[in-house]
Amino acid sequence: MKGILKLAYKLLVNDTAKFTAMLVGITFAVFLMMFVTSMFSGVLKHASSTIINIGATVWVMDPAVNTVSNSVGMPDYVLDAVRSMQGVKYAVPLYSGGALVKLADGTYQSVTVIGLDDISLFGRPELIEGKIEDIYAENGFIVVRDAEFSKLENPHIGSELELNDHRGVVVGIAKVATSGLYGIPTLYTTYERAIQYIPNPRYTTSYVLVEPKSASDIPQIERQVETLGYRARTKEEFMQRTADFFIYQTGGGTNMLIMTLISFIVGLSLSGQTFYTFILENLERFGALKAIGTKSRELVGMILFQATFTAFTGYGLGVGLCAFLVWLAKRRLPSYAAMITYSNLAIALGMVVVIAAVSSYVGVRRVLRIEPFDIFRG
Amino acid sequence: MPNIAIQATGLVKWFGEDEAKTMALKQVSLEVQFGEMVYIVGPSGSGKTTLLSVLSGILRPNEGKVLVEGVDIWGLNSDQLADFRLGKIGFVFQDFHLFPRLTTAENAAIPLILKKKDWNEAIGQAKKYLDIVGLKSRADMPPVKLSGGEQQRVAIARALSAQPDVLIMNEPTASLDGDTGQAILSFVHKNVLNKDRCIIVVTHDDRINEFATRILKMEDGKLMGAEGKAA
Repeated sequence: MKGILKLAYKLLVNDTAKFTAMLVGITFAVFLMMFVTSMFSGVLKHASSTIINIGATVWVMDPAVNTVSNSVGMPDYVLDAVRSMQGVKYAVPLYSGGALVKLADGTYQSVTVIGLDDISLFGRPELIEGKIEDIYAENGFIVVRDAEFSKLENPHIGSELELNDHRGVVVGIAKVATSGLYGIPTLYTTYERAIQYIPNPRYTTSYVLVEPKSASDIPQIERQVETLGYRARTKEEFMQRTADFFIYQTGGGTNMLIMTLISFIVGLSLSGQTFYTFILENLERFGALKAIGTKSRELVGMILFQATFTAFTGYGLGVGLCAFLVWLAKRRLPSYAAMITYSNLAIALGMVVVIAAVSSYVGVRRVLRIEPFDIFRG
Repeated sequence: MPNIAIQATGLVKWFGEDEAKTMALKQVSLEVQFGEMVYIVGPSGSGKTTLLSVLSGILRPNEGKVLVEGVDIWGLNSDQLADFRLGKIGFVFQDFHLFPRLTTAENAAIPLILKKKDWNEAIGQAKKYLDIVGLKSRADMPPVKLSGGEQQRVAIARALSAQPDVLIMNEPTASLDGDTGQAILSFVHKNVLNKDRCIIVVTHDDRINEFATRILKMEDGKLMGAEGKAA
């Protein structure tokens, strides 16, 4: 079979025009599929950045919360009630809200303010400058050094901020695993300071972060929280809830699906049609091979090999091109929200396999139908 | 090796059914011996190509038997028949059917590659046959750069590379001018035909009759008898 496959390979790649057209079709389709899905994956990951960075096992929230940035305040008794629930090791409050920082030039910059539990500082970021205990200092804030850091005019320890007409002092510079989706800087402070600095409605607890005694306690914690009229979600469930919101309620998911389908159809049409033309052009020669003594399964093997080789080469090129462009974009725009995941790769691979299968099915049908006698008759 | 290469008896072949039924072969029987170069001639639609196809194992007859070197080829299954054709029968087609994207040597090596010979060995062996047909210097060129006569010689080299006992040539001069056609058949008669091989040629071209050892005439699906000619 090795020699026959080499023959198939030469027949394919030596037809430079068609091979290039097929490769361009599949590469383009894979690139589009990958690009769209990786953009969406990036958006979903960045949308869940606070959940990832805080790292709590269970989050208690108002049932109306769709994403971590759109919290609905809960009364203080929820925290007390959760702390007294069976299976809870400890529970702490978390504040998450927005504020305006007045810059030196008099303009305002939106920021996200995360208020950590004053006692435990649960969910604190990793500091790259300063000491965490300085967060308790007067007006202390920690600034996250991410892609948005420069929007606060690159503050350093000791820099002063004017936050909602309150004085703030930078006491630390931190780094986090994932930066946010909305392109605004993030400040960390204590819970008490956050609710003091930022005008709030009646209820101030955005989330109650829970550490269960064991993973098996989570279902009962969820049930108990539900009796309070609130919702407990694990970290993964909350991230999924956020993803579902973006997929199903913003139209983003539909757009991604449409773009992915269009890419698939473009790839299938261009490559399938070109492959079919390639087969048609060589149909009589395949018939001659049949007459000479090639078995049907060998011809099928040749066509499958040609379709698969083209598809996987195009897949590799498409993935490579997408990775290169994402890398290039991230060099220029550090907050660029695109991320190639195994799921993206698998989706594109699945579609490429379908393109290869459809193309080869059409080709195989034609080749199996050709009779050597037809070649003899001319 | 027995002297009878092909023995066909009572061959019947029809196409279509009922009112559309067309009889292509009507009780055709013939024998071809090794060392013979047999021509089958006759008007269009007389059944020449059908007979050639049935004899070479690519078209199953409705009735009758074909023994090639004593093997009932229509008693073989499709894989065995494909192997049999690959091992025993060489084909030269009217339109050559060379792959334009392969080199001349690769085209000539196809039967060897199908026989699972190592690629380089197959190419090397094919070059020897290209040498026999006088095209060694064109081994690395694509066939599209060759003249019609040269392409037909590549097709002959391809057919010969598997060292077949039976060479089937269907209208080998139809795509060539008169002189080239004559030169090709002269070459085949001189260099390809031997006592261990027989050649069956279907042709309309009576300018090449001089190379035949026997000429069989077909009309309306029947062999009308030999236009005998000494070898």
